[in-house]
Amino acid sequence: MNIHEYQAKELLKQYGVPVPDGRVAHNVDHAVAVAEDLGGERWIVKAQIHAGGRGKGGGVKLAESIEDVRSLTDQMIGSHLVTPQTGSEGRLVQRVLIEQACDIQQEFYLGMVIDRATQRITVIASASGGMNIEEVAKTNPEKVIREAVDPAVGLMSFQCRKIAAKIGLTGKQIAAAAKLMQALYRAFRDKDALLVEINPLAIVNGGSLLAVDAKMSFDGNALYRRPQITELRDFDEEDPKEVEATGHGLNYIALDGNVGCIVNGAGLAMATMDAISFHGGKPANFLDVGGGASPEKVGNAFRIVLQDPNVRIILVNIFAGINRCDWIAEGLVQAMRDLEINVPIVVRLAGTNVELGTPILAESGFPFIMADNLDDAATKVMATLEQQS
Amino acid sequence: MSVFVHKHSRVIIQGFTGQHATFHAEEAMQNGTTVVGGVTPGKGGQVHLGLPVFDTVHQAVDATGADVSGIFVPPPFAADAIMEALEAGIGVVVVIADGIPVQDMVRVKRYAADRNAVIIGPNTPGIITPDACKVGIMPSHIYTPGRIGVVSRSGTLNYEAVQQMSELGMGQSTSVGIGGDPVNGTDFVTVLRAFEEDPETDAVIMIGEIGGQQEVEAARWAKANMQKPVVGFIAGVSAPPGRRMGHAGAIISGAEDTANAKMDLMEELGVNVVRNPALIGETANRVFS
Repeated sequence: MNIHEYQAKELLKQYGVPVPDGRVAHNVDHAVAVAEDLGGERWIVKAQIHAGGRGKGGGVKLAESIEDVRSLTDQMIGSHLVTPQTGSEGRLVQRVLIEQACDIQQEFYLGMVIDRATQRITVIASASGGMNIEEVAKTNPEKVIREAVDPAVGLMSFQCRKIAAKIGLTGKQIAAAAKLMQALYRAFRDKDALLVEINPLAIVNGGSLLAVDAKMSFDGNALYRRPQITELRDFDEEDPKEVEATGHGLNYIALDGNVGCIVNGAGLAMATMDAISFHGGKPANFLDVGGGASPEKVGNAFRIVLQDPNVRIILVNIFAGINRCDWIAEGLVQAMRDLEINVPIVVRLAGTNVELGTPILAESGFPFIMADNLDDAATKVMATLEQQS
Repeated sequence: MSVFVHKHSRVIIQGFTGQHATFHAEEAMQNGTTVVGGVTPGKGGQVHLGLPVFDTVHQAVDATGADVSGIFVPPPFAADAIMEALEAGIGVVVVIADGIPVQDMVRVKRYAADRNAVIIGPNTPGIITPDACKVGIMPSHIYTPGRIGVVSRSGTLNYEAVQQMSELGMGQSTSVGIGGDPVNGTDFVTVLRAFEEDPETDAVIMIGEIGGQQEVEAARWAKANMQKPVVGFIAGVSAPPGRRMGHAGAIISGAEDTANAKMDLMEELGVNVVRNPALIGETANRVFS
């Protein structure tokens, strides 16, 4: 689960990470009031959307007067900000973060992730701040410092000093950076984060360190014990179909093809999409109905897949382990009765109770196109699409 | 022999009296698994499925000589249950739960570091040596004894591959689901090493998915250390970057994480890569015969 920059900064501030003075604003008057309250002569106006690359899309601007704050906020709020990560339609900006501008003397990168190679929380740091860290890792891998944290003792001061020295900090800044890193680590650990990025971490006028930008993402599986984080979720940043699917216990991800997919199990759902692609088709979605799929769940899966106007055919691929093919079949028949389904449906059933499920479909009177196996299913999807066009 | 679990394995179930645990313990026993008891804190002394229930894993191990545990407790309590099993000296711990906080698993792995145990999962259908020992939730009836080792991240894709094998008359020595989480108990290399050392395994099918580099590392290990042939597939060729595809670990975070990038590297390293998931069985049959 991702949160906004202003939320991440508020959270990190509670842990003692130094962040610029600033507050979020929801409209122009509010933004002006925030800027006046903050004082100073120059402010940064930052569009708050979850996608990265905001600077490149014009979502981060310097205001040199209160009038600038007013006009920049006016331009941003209500606009669709297009960045390298949003796609061409962009993302609606509903709020901006107003901060006091600071004079940046030097920029660094500081992040923490759950590293899959070490299977530990790992600090990533670089003297190349303000840049895409993956790019730096590719072109100058020696400039990316990695330090894994032993969970038995946590991130130690000596590790922080080592990292600070490696990215070129000296003198009092080493101790300041160590303190900042340990604060960041405590926030990461206490809140079950998956990722935190301070990019850039800056040395500002006077030599102090400041987290100029902040990005955080959290473990959805740990939200049950992090109510404070759950409250930060912004549903406007998510696909409404995906939100609805989650509410029904379904895992749905919208894609841009025309073959709707209803599958059980994440791996088989991906493989089903792959089989369609292998035969030259394009999947419209990823959908995992999960284990214990009741007829109601199957019906909800159909409803969600059919909300996508691009869907021209649906492939149902079920390999029942803890699921039961007869329940899936009943759900399919019920969906055909309840919903207005105008697209052909290819069905492949296998596993538990397949001998009960197949007759239910055959005797229903609905024109299900039955497939014997995965290859047959993908072939029949393509052949049916061909006939349509 | 098979790997990790076999006909002499003595299995306990943690979270024994729960609905799913009961169903799958019963099914496993009908298919030849030696289940010797279970653990449900607070229900010690009861009898369930004709077997003793204990309050702690320690008591269960002392009383039954169990060496394998199937953990069926819900995700918030799973890390504690795994550590309890490890501390009690269980050698093979199978964790079914999907949804364990990843930092819990980071701590579990640290706890397990100096203990000589194998953790299968989490987020796995489990492990099965057909007709001998099943610890998990997979449908037993699709598996048949044979000489091919299967290792996969995904459950249902494992079933898919096994079904394709069965239709061509190929059976399994052991099928291991290492699970779909980013921090998991056992990696592909560990399972490949076990299959390589197992005299009853002739060849291996390895089924991975997008995210991380475990499959590539496994292929690299296999090139240097394995005599037995490996057929491999990576799910998620059509998955978009940056999205979690159902499994917590199935996410493309960089160019090297994609299915095609991984399959290309695996191919270079000598794995027989199959690009169409519908042809896993057919490819294995051709390569292994």
